[in-house]
This record gives sequence, C-alpha cells and structure tokens, in this order.
Amino acid sequence: MKVIVPVKRVIDANIKVRVKTDRSGVELNNVKMAMNPFCEIAVEESIRMKESGAAEEIIVVAAGPQQSQETIRTALAMGADRGILIETDVPLEPLAISKLLKAVVDREQPGLVLMGKQAVDNDNNQTGQMLSAVLNWSLGTFVSKIEIQDDRFEVVREVDGGLETVSLARPSVITVDLRLNEPRYASLPNIMKARRKPIETLTPDELGVNVTPRVEVLEVNEPPSRQAGVRVSSAVELVEKLRDEAKVL
Amino acid sequence: MSVLILVEHDNTEVKASTLNTVTAARQVSEDLHALVVGANCDGVASAAAQIDGIAKVVSCDAEIYQYGLVENTAPVVASVAGNYSHVFAPASTFGKNLLPRVAAMLDVQQVSDISEIISEDTFVRPIYAGNALATVRSTDSLKLITVRTTAFDAASEQGGTGEVEVLSAGTDSGLSGFVRHDLTRSERPELTTASIVISGGRGMQSGENFNMLERVADKLGAAVGASRAAVDAGYVPNDYQVGQTGKVVAPDLYIAVGISGAIQHLAGMKDSKVIVAINKDEEAPIFQVADFGWVTDLFTAIPELEAALD
Repeated sequence: MKVIVPVKRVIDANIKVRVKTDRSGVELNNVKMAMNPFCEIAVEESIRMKESGAAEEIIVVAAGPQQSQETIRTALAMGADRGILIETDVPLEPLAISKLLKAVVDREQPGLVLMGKQAVDNDNNQTGQMLSAVLNWSLGTFVSKIEIQDDRFEVVREVDGGLETVSLARPSVITVDLRLNEPRYASLPNIMKARRKPIETLTPDELGVNVTPRVEVLEVNEPPSRQAGVRVSSAVELVEKLRDEAKVL
Repeated sequence: MSVLILVEHDNTEVKASTLNTVTAARQVSEDLHALVVGANCDGVASAAAQIDGIAKVVSCDAEIYQYGLVENTAPVVASVAGNYSHVFAPASTFGKNLLPRVAAMLDVQQVSDISEIISEDTFVRPIYAGNALATVRSTDSLKLITVRTTAFDAASEQGGTGEVEVLSAGTDSGLSGFVRHDLTRSERPELTTASIVISGGRGMQSGENFNMLERVADKLGAAVGASRAAVDAGYVPNDYQVGQTGKVVAPDLYIAVGISGAIQHLAGMKDSKVIVAINKDEEAPIFQVADFGWVTDLFTAIPELEAALD
C-alpha cells in the first residue's frame, strides 16, 4: 500500500502570534515556522505502517510557497520516502488544497491518505473531509487508533461524547487526532540522508486546478485581552469573592 | 431566502448545539428550516419543529442514517442545500465531520467556526487558537457555515410552528460501517453547555485525584473538564479536553486546577465570564487570564474549597 501524507508549514505552535499593525493578517516575517503538529502525527503513523510492513511507500505532499520544501524535508528526515511540492504563492483554501491533492492521488493511486485533522494556523478542520468528497472515498476524522484489516481500516474516532469506532472500506482518507501517537525526532544521520531523497515540484496549473480564493479576508484583529485579576489566599476568601463580587455562585 | 440548519441529535433528542446554531442562523434570515437525518427519529423531527424560529423541518429517516456516517448523510444534505442561501451547522465534531464533505460536493469553500455574523456574507472567526480574529467575506453564492456554539445564545426549544416534510432516503454508500460507541456516561452537565466548569491539568497527577474535582463539581452543579496534558496522561477520557482542538467552553465560571495555561488550552476557555486559577506555580501563564488566582498546593486547596462550599 502506498500512503500519501499531506503536510503544512505553519507558525511554530509554541509561538504566540502577533497581528500585523495594518490588520491585514498575522506577522509571518522572522517568525519560526514548523510542520503543523497534526501533520507530524500523520507522518509518524505512516512511518510506523511502513515499519510494520503495511505500507510500502510514503509520499509527502505540501502545497504552498517554495519554503514548504523545508517541511517536506522534515518529513523525509523522519522516514518518508519522497516528496511532492505544489508550489504557489496564492494563499490556499481547504477546497483548493483538496482539489490539488485529488490530482496527486489520481496520479499516485495510494490506498490511504493520512493527514492532520486541522492546521493550527487557520483552524479550519476541512481539508481531509473535502478530499474524501472529491475522491468519493470513505472518511475517518479525528482518529486516535488505526487497525489495518484485509481490505478495510478500523478506526477509533474522538467525538464529543467519547469514542466511536467505524470500519472504512479502502481506499480512505483518515484525519488524525493528538493521541494517535507521539512523533519521533529525526536523527542527524536521517536528516543527512533526507537531503538525497527526491522532491518533485509541480504547480496548480500543471495539475489543472484553479486555486483562486473564494473567501476574502477583510481584516484580522487582536481579540479582546483579559487582564490578570486579584490573588486570593484561602478557599473561604475565594468563595466569598465568587459569591459576592463576581456573583457566579 | 431560506436558511437551512443541520440538526445534531442522537435519534432521540436534539442536542443543545443545535439551539445555538438556530440563533446564529436567525441573524441572517427569519425563514429557518431544519434538516434531520437519522433513523427512527420522528421524535427529533417533532422537537426540531418546536424550536423557536423554525418554520419547517425536512426529515430523512432510514436505517442507513442511524450512526450519521458522512458517506451516507452528506449526499442528503447536498441534495437539498441548493434550495437555500445558507446552511448552518454547529462546529461540534458532528458539524466538523459532515459539513466540509458537503461543501466539497457542492464546490463551496466553507467558513468554519464563526463567532460573529456581520452580514449575510461576512463573518468573524477565530484563527491561530483564538489569538487573532479574522473578518472574512464569502464569495460563494451558497454559504456553508459552522458555528462556534458558545458565541451564540441558545434558542428556545418552544415557540416554533414548523411542519415536518419527509424526504425520501438515498442508498447506502457501502463505504463505511459503524462498529461501536464508547461514550462517557455522566450525570453531570455537558461540558460545552454547563454554566460552571472545573478542569484539571497535569498537576492532578492521577485519574483518581480527579475524584476531588468531581466532588467540588457536584456541589456546584458543574461539568468536569481537563487540559490536553491530563487527557494525554490518561487521567480522564478524550471528551474532557478543553482547548484549541478539543472543546471550546464559555461558562459563567471556569475553575482551572493544576493547569499551567498553554495557549492551546486558553483558546478553549478564555471567553469564560469568570476564570479562577489554582496552581502552585505563581509564574503559570494561567494567572494572566484569571480573575481570581490562588497560588497554593491543589491537594490541600481542593478539599478546603469543597468544605467552603458547604
């Protein structure tokens, strides 16, 4: 089975973003970028599938500016086999990305597309679901466990009420949640080795996909900020304040 | 033009998230229709018809829809969506799972998790874990939208006079099958709708220690939540998680116990009306957003709090 893992380059999840003063977006210059944490989990899972013999080849796909190559290299250093960069400076929306990924899937014919449930920049949580629709494949979202069976995947989904197990006919799109695994760090020898792994560069035009945005960003603002309040030093004092000042008890 | 609301339910009752979604949809149109897709869900369709503001319920009732498998339900939504200007769903795992699949079938770029409606095509949504608010305008003629339920009041469950129209069922896609549910059972209020939430973090040190929080929760009529660290450590189940990628809550009172306050956790609770932080590390970032901070060892503080509530 061939596995495709889409990855996204985002602001490092540990960094607090700053809104630009002209309110056109958030500051991306001189900010540390990294692979979206959910994508890392998907890459890790695909490597485990390869190590167990369930996957033969892992193809990492990124769509975005030229620097997204670094994100592909990170995945190659973790253990993926080759990369595809769909290069464009147009800001990509989930629908456009799902169409780009479909074009790659049509070419590569994987048995599984394994990806993060959401990217921590725009927090859309859409691309996997959309890809499953344009492919008319089975879909498992927010997955914390994957069992590979003969011609199906049995997946455990983290839903609002607890856990739900569903069985998916292959091929499938699976979007991963936090507790699926803990991603490995790439070792230095593997980082060196990854430099020699191939990355093919394509464009949306070559794939025949129109990526013109459908949603216009009018402005981006800082949220109202909260101020630190007062300190209390006993349970009695806390309960009094909640009851008499805040009036929430 | 009419607006469609996707009803979240378990074939027995309408979930509260639907009521918040109705309030959001009503800011766009007064002609609200509700879509119920399920199995043996007559009761849900009648209940949806009673929700204040609902003029009509479209019900698609068949065994293949029992577990809400999107491979079967998305085509139903897509088949009727063209009759509407907007389709709204709650940004719960139900709406997040289903609506993007519908959107791609209809070639629409969905707008996720809106917290404010500016006009019929312009919405505000949090991005970067709520550290920025984007005002966005959809240029698609059909708008597909998921709603951050904590940002909108719940509509009344009474007052609607909707008629129920039956939609004929489709066929089973054969792409997926339900295996089982392992749902957390609790007598306490639901996390996303509770007016008081008490959450524990890594500082709780074990699942057993959450019993201390549960005793306080029972005195307050509160729901119990957790940080990602506590869920990852296995102290409590996944559905307790409050945060950017877990549940978003905005109760009147949020009590964070042994939670340091990573930005991903703050994203899920910083819209709470009053925040209390109990943590022994006075440098913990949670104190920067807390109205009342108590620097103390939680293992002595929580029993004291329980006693003070008597």
